[in-house]
Amino acid sequence: MAVTVAVIFLLCFFSTGRGNNQAHHEESYSTTPTRGQPWPMPQKYSVTTKTYDIDSNNFQFTASGQTCDILTKAFARYKTIIFSPQDTKLRFYPNRFNRVEEGVTGLNVKVQKPCEEYPFLGMDESYELMVPDSNGQATLSSVSVWGALRGLETFSQLITGTPGNGYKINGTTISDSPRFQHRGLLFDTSRHFLGTDVLKKNLDAMAQSKFNVFHWHIVDDQSFPYVSQAFPQMSQMGAYDQMHLYSPNDVKEIIDYARDRGIRVIPEFDTPGHSQSWGKGITDLLTKCYSKGTPTGTFGPIDPTVNSTFQFLNKFFTEIKNVFPDKYVHLGGDEVSFSCWQSNPNITEFMKQQKFGTNYAKLEEYYMQKLIDIMNGLDKGYLIWQEVIDNGAKVKADTVVEVWKGGWQAEMGKVTGLGYQSLLSSCWYLNYISYGSDWNKYYLCEPYNFKGTEAQKKLVIGGEACMWGEFVDDTNVISRTWPRASVVAERLWSAQSVNDSKAAAPRLEEHRCRMVRRGFQAESINGPGYCTPEY
Amino acid sequence: MILFWCFVTFLVTLCNGHLTYIAIRLPLQGSVAAPGAPWPHPKKWIQDSEVITLNVQNINIVHNIPGCDVLEEAANRHRDIIQLYDVGGATGNIRNIHVRVRSSVCERYPHDKMDESYSIYVDANVTLTSQTIWGALRGLETLSQLIYVDEKTNQVLMNKTTIHDEPRFGYRGLMVDTARHFIPVSILKKNLDAMSYNKLNVFHWHIVDDQSFPYESVTFPELSKKGAYSPVHVYSQADVAEIIEYARLRGIRVIPEFDTPGHTQSWGKSHKELLTPCWVNSTIGRALPNYHGAYEIFNPMLDTTFTFLRDFLAEIRKTFPDQYVHLGMDEAYPYCWQSSPNVTEFMEKNNMTEYSELEEYYTNRVLNVAKEVNYSYVIWQEPIEHGVKAKPDTIVEVWKGGRAVETNWAEYMANITQLGYKTILSSCWYLNYISYGQDWRKYYECEPHSFIGSEEQKERVIGGEACIWTEYVDGTNILSRLWPRASATAERLWSPRDVNDTEDAKYRLDQQRCRMLRRGIPAEPILDGYCGDYEAGTETHKDVQSYTGYTHYTDLTQNTAQTRIDCHRGSVNCCIQTNIGIITLTFYFLMSTLINKLSFKNDL
Repeated sequence: MAVTVAVIFLLCFFSTGRGNNQAHHEESYSTTPTRGQPWPMPQKYSVTTKTYDIDSNNFQFTASGQTCDILTKAFARYKTIIFSPQDTKLRFYPNRFNRVEEGVTGLNVKVQKPCEEYPFLGMDESYELMVPDSNGQATLSSVSVWGALRGLETFSQLITGTPGNGYKINGTTISDSPRFQHRGLLFDTSRHFLGTDVLKKNLDAMAQSKFNVFHWHIVDDQSFPYVSQAFPQMSQMGAYDQMHLYSPNDVKEIIDYARDRGIRVIPEFDTPGHSQSWGKGITDLLTKCYSKGTPTGTFGPIDPTVNSTFQFLNKFFTEIKNVFPDKYVHLGGDEVSFSCWQSNPNITEFMKQQKFGTNYAKLEEYYMQKLIDIMNGLDKGYLIWQEVIDNGAKVKADTVVEVWKGGWQAEMGKVTGLGYQSLLSSCWYLNYISYGSDWNKYYLCEPYNFKGTEAQKKLVIGGEACMWGEFVDDTNVISRTWPRASVVAERLWSAQSVNDSKAAAPRLEEHRCRMVRRGFQAESINGPGYCTPEY
Repeated sequence: MILFWCFVTFLVTLCNGHLTYIAIRLPLQGSVAAPGAPWPHPKKWIQDSEVITLNVQNINIVHNIPGCDVLEEAANRHRDIIQLYDVGGATGNIRNIHVRVRSSVCERYPHDKMDESYSIYVDANVTLTSQTIWGALRGLETLSQLIYVDEKTNQVLMNKTTIHDEPRFGYRGLMVDTARHFIPVSILKKNLDAMSYNKLNVFHWHIVDDQSFPYESVTFPELSKKGAYSPVHVYSQADVAEIIEYARLRGIRVIPEFDTPGHTQSWGKSHKELLTPCWVNSTIGRALPNYHGAYEIFNPMLDTTFTFLRDFLAEIRKTFPDQYVHLGMDEAYPYCWQSSPNVTEFMEKNNMTEYSELEEYYTNRVLNVAKEVNYSYVIWQEPIEHGVKAKPDTIVEVWKGGRAVETNWAEYMANITQLGYKTILSSCWYLNYISYGQDWRKYYECEPHSFIGSEEQKERVIGGEACIWTEYVDGTNILSRLWPRASATAERLWSPRDVNDTEDAKYRLDQQRCRMLRRGIPAEPILDGYCGDYEAGTETHKDVQSYTGYTHYTDLTQNTAQTRIDCHRGSVNCCIQTNIGIITLTFYFLMSTLINKLSFKNDL
């Protein structure tokens, strides 16, 4: 990714600006938000014009099926979200309520199966919501606690009102489940550090759009903020400084916070490229680059020719396996530069021994294969960027391949053709900003738009929105990510047929104002207009 | 591709102790700025390698105009800012900063002719001299930017320095549009803080437009009652007064814009008679999509239009103390006028053949009205472009031609200055047009004198301004979107023309963004890396609110004048109290290592 970034970076220096008319006043008018409609759109959603009062003082959340701490914490959370004291003097839009007759006194949540400890790939997120049920309550039923979390979020979005004017909900029936299992958001905490409070805030925002994977691109060339217990020198030497760190405690906090919201945390430890910051704490890990036969003092990718490399990796990933409960870890494998390998005489010698000729992709494959063997030994699943497959490495059958480059349609065809599960992120690089209402292009990117059989399509397990950190930090990451990422969330959750941007705009407008009301810096994306309250 | 990778290098540059510049593969160009490098760059800046130490706990800014509130408040503000650098180091020597203003006049409001020059002498004593209080404000800002912390001793230092400074342009503005989206008062104030950190001196308040009319008029309260987005999306008279006062104390003029005859849909909500009825197929009051609305553009045929404007501008003249008002006049498209038989008849009666003559008629009547209420004015370029002869003292703002496909702005600048008008440039500084990467560079490299014209013509360029139109901007993102991008414009307008090495400037700009962060402005990053302990997200600023300084949203139904400010983050005063205890020595130990490696031999 960084190559692309660097190239674009350069282009920016020379571009003189583009675009068409510089009308400083665009004739665009406010998008009128919907009222009490959910985002992302449920699979089946029917709503009546009949409305029900909700008494905030006496409203009860009850669990009549299986329950656990995840559910009880969610009840407390949603009580605050729905009946937020912050909403005191809201002014609402004219609504479609026409009759107020009865009340809904509580939400009865029925979870069939005992709670699982952590969310996982393939967890059951389906739920059904009935407002009201035959007892004058609302009922939320789900197979797993994860479905209950998704249903609670939907339920919270259906309710509108204020303490002063009271709360209301329309009669509603919903039957819902996600289209894709893996709905991720990547944050890069290496180019710029992001504080744990911002990461938590972001997890809350993710829950509001039913994302279920936080892909934590935690380290990269620029810095190594992850504090390793086995190798503390990595962050001591490789972090920006000793305040820009994620301590074991911070990491645990993030994982727990995510887990309570049904979000998996998949850390990425990208090798053999993108690893400059690793080399500061671990000597002899990186390849020494040479010029005219002498070392230049600079370093390239991880050196795959020495045993110490793999001893280190084994110990390091054993720690990662224990720290991060998710079955999967992201191994990176993208953008490996060969020039340093080419310059190094030891590598040249090794290439000869291995009969690789001058094909350095083989060396990369050799490295990835050994890394994958380590992961297999640890019984850990892995995600990789597409290059690993492009270079011909053989990976385990259940490997998840993430497609991020341009020309993704062909690549998705290729990767699924080889029988690998795949994730799409090419069209959802949210760090690439442009003027205006750019969400339409994210919305219309359809992961199935490639040539392939039904079986191939089934191998697409989802996608990810990516926010690379070159130009974002705590000052702007939330407003730049939201609600643009929500658009990706709907593509990944809702039915393929939910793809009319015009129809979606008013609902998205409500979603962004709802996020603002809940305390998130979700920026304006539909042109002139307003929220009440404003951020 | 392989060739590209032949350039692969890895470079870590250690510099001033707050910043680490890391370029992967491509080394960064330019020379790294010394610590305490001011932004914008002073006209004359001589820095000695010898340093003095400050007694920062007891720092005292002494001035020579007792009772002058502008100076008193500035002294307090800058004392607080300087004390942000107090990290418990040994007490230094210098306790007093002497401010000597030659003219002993304490002017109430900043104005178009204010003298902003000043000199700074940091030697055995720290002295700031200026002609006026406004120069003293600019000098205090520079002074507080010269400060940094020594790692070994934690002492607060300044290099011995001599500065003689004055702005290149007298008009250095920032336009904020509060009509497409409402921007809460608390955020406008924070923005005024950021402006003062960059020596901008005009807040051009594009307060109303087609979309909404948030200005609460005393004379015509119905304008906002019907024209605002909602009853809470308004600027009350108290709000406006508060903004003006806040700006005044920072030496910033507030010039409101009431744009006519176009961009006036929101006026029409309560005063339909102000708008020209448009025609379709011999029917009055009909819209023709893509051409005109049913009613639009102020009606030039009715005298009542002008009497209304006179009464309205009379109020504005009283509300806003600045001598100048911005009267808009842009994008007054002729389609509605062309559709109306009444307009045709009116033109015939008045011997007009071109619509530009009608525009000229309208323009000059409004300018006369403005004169009547003793207003001077700025207008957008269109009337002049259309051949309208405006009064010679009109200031014309060039805004078109910022994008490659159009007539370049340089041509407009040449033509308009040739006609003898004073001009300000904004074409190349439309900060709402975002793009990926370091776009501040193009703002930095836009040179207002880059047009073909005589010396006299160049002298007619009185400045420029950055503009943020708010189609896609509101309280959630305005501050991080503006800063530090608007800082690039600010240096172009303040510093001498030959301060134009973008590669060198980026290090100083990065320092400036971190400085703003320390002071509570959520200025976004321009390079990879980090700021310091004061960066949002680290232990000292763990609170998610820290980068905005506000509680998580602005409840407009509260008195916006007293929007709850998250004390220990938003205000410098509180910031000091909370930070002192928390800042870790570890960090400063690291900083000392970095400063050791710092070359003080940098060209300065």
